[in-house]
Amino acid sequence: MFEVIAFYMFSILVIGMFLIVVFSKNALYSMSALAGGMIFISGFFFLLDADFLGVVQIIVYTGAIMAVYAFGMMFFDTTRDVKENIRFKKIIYGLSILSAIFLIFILLAPVYSGKIEALYPSIQGVGNIQMIGLILFTKYLVPFELAAIMLLAAMISGIVLVKIKMEETPTDIEVARGEK
Amino acid sequence: MIETALIVETVVKAVIALAVVAGMGAFATFIERKILAFMQRRLGPMHVGPYGLLQLAADGIKLFTKEDIIPQNVVKPIFVIAPVIASASAFVAIAAVPYFPEFTVFGYTIHPIISDINVGLLFIMGAASVGMYGPLLAGLSSHNKWSLLGGARAVIQLLSFEVVSGLSILAPIMMIGSLSLIDMNDYQIGGVANWLIWKQPLAFVLFAIAGFAETNRTPFDLIEFEAEIVSGYATEYSGMRWGLFFIGEYANMITISVLVSIIFLGGYNDIWFIPGAIAMLIKVSLWIFLFLWVRAAWPHVRPDQLMWVCWKVLMPLALINVLITGIVLV
Repeated sequence: MFEVIAFYMFSILVIGMFLIVVFSKNALYSMSALAGGMIFISGFFFLLDADFLGVVQIIVYTGAIMAVYAFGMMFFDTTRDVKENIRFKKIIYGLSILSAIFLIFILLAPVYSGKIEALYPSIQGVGNIQMIGLILFTKYLVPFELAAIMLLAAMISGIVLVKIKMEETPTDIEVARGEK
Repeated sequence: MIETALIVETVVKAVIALAVVAGMGAFATFIERKILAFMQRRLGPMHVGPYGLLQLAADGIKLFTKEDIIPQNVVKPIFVIAPVIASASAFVAIAAVPYFPEFTVFGYTIHPIISDINVGLLFIMGAASVGMYGPLLAGLSSHNKWSLLGGARAVIQLLSFEVVSGLSILAPIMMIGSLSLIDMNDYQIGGVANWLIWKQPLAFVLFAIAGFAETNRTPFDLIEFEAEIVSGYATEYSGMRWGLFFIGEYANMITISVLVSIIFLGGYNDIWFIPGAIAMLIKVSLWIFLFLWVRAAWPHVRPDQLMWVCWKVLMPLALINVLITGIVLV
């Protein structure tokens, strides 16, 4: 009973939030709704007894959208509406609706034919975190390590790009420019 | 019937925890003014009531009855919701905190924790990091340059301390093998010698520093530092909305104090003749006192210094700590 109520509540909240993300012209509304929607999604994980994934969803997306805010702060005046310059409105809307329908079809087809079953059904007495650890380090070890390497490469390239002026303090730069 | 009892119990516990933590947070503002005054050889609030104790009620009445001002050019919905996020997330975090050992009233065993989820520690840290959205949204929606600077500082603060607090807590988690705070408490049963602080001193120091950054306390109070950015994100706020931010901050202080006490300082286990609940109160009070002492004793750091210390000093130390713990455990 409570689960059903909670499920519909979270569904409405999530869909509403993401609609605001798409339709709002104010960057601040969009970003805040994105953060809210991502946090509400964790509700579904909690409903499915996947506590760990739910909490990870909150922690990861809090930090990630915080970075989006940082860019928003640099690129927009967040208290004003963004002037959008969209031509060919009909084509864009038509294509996006079509692709959404395709996506739903692709995802729902296996459910409809009843062929979905858990590859790794949860074992009694083994916790959430242990199960994730077991699967990550056996079946999905290679994708896991590949993702780690990709992240490492991205991090190193980020550091190299910034490294040029890393050791200089603002005072050094002013001295170099002859302002002090 | 069992379900109804569970719901009633949870609601009662939630209301009590909310009232007690909010009350303690309000009282902490009074204690803070007194202790800061003594450290600076002043008397602090003295006129209202005995020893200035009723100053608290006077401040409360003032905050509640002040006119609610919403400035002209702000983004109104975000401006209104930001203080609510700051305080609500602080109170959501206390849902997974066990305060006292379980006790029995009229034959009914009560666990003083609202919801014992098995990832309690992660949940608290997640809720606390959502709390940083309060200052950020306030800063962005205020249409004020000082507020914007405060919001920008909130971003770098979150991106700096979150890594350190996560990595520093990883080593104790590896030793205990559970994310539940009750398991962490039970791991340290049996006196002061079994406290985790002796096995993980480095993790303790790192987590404490990250806790100071998480609660915006001096020396990391850079998002509302008066001398540089007026009042930071809270510049445009007044009355109860301003008050909500600070209720959230003090509730966070209490949560961090409880977390440190449970993870590193033996939790609510009995010490010698002191019962567990009293021991917990003493530890939390001492930790709150430390927060205030640090505020009186230290100047604050610059934002770039915070990033420097978090990413170049604390994070490598935390990683080394995790590595050593792993080698020792294997």
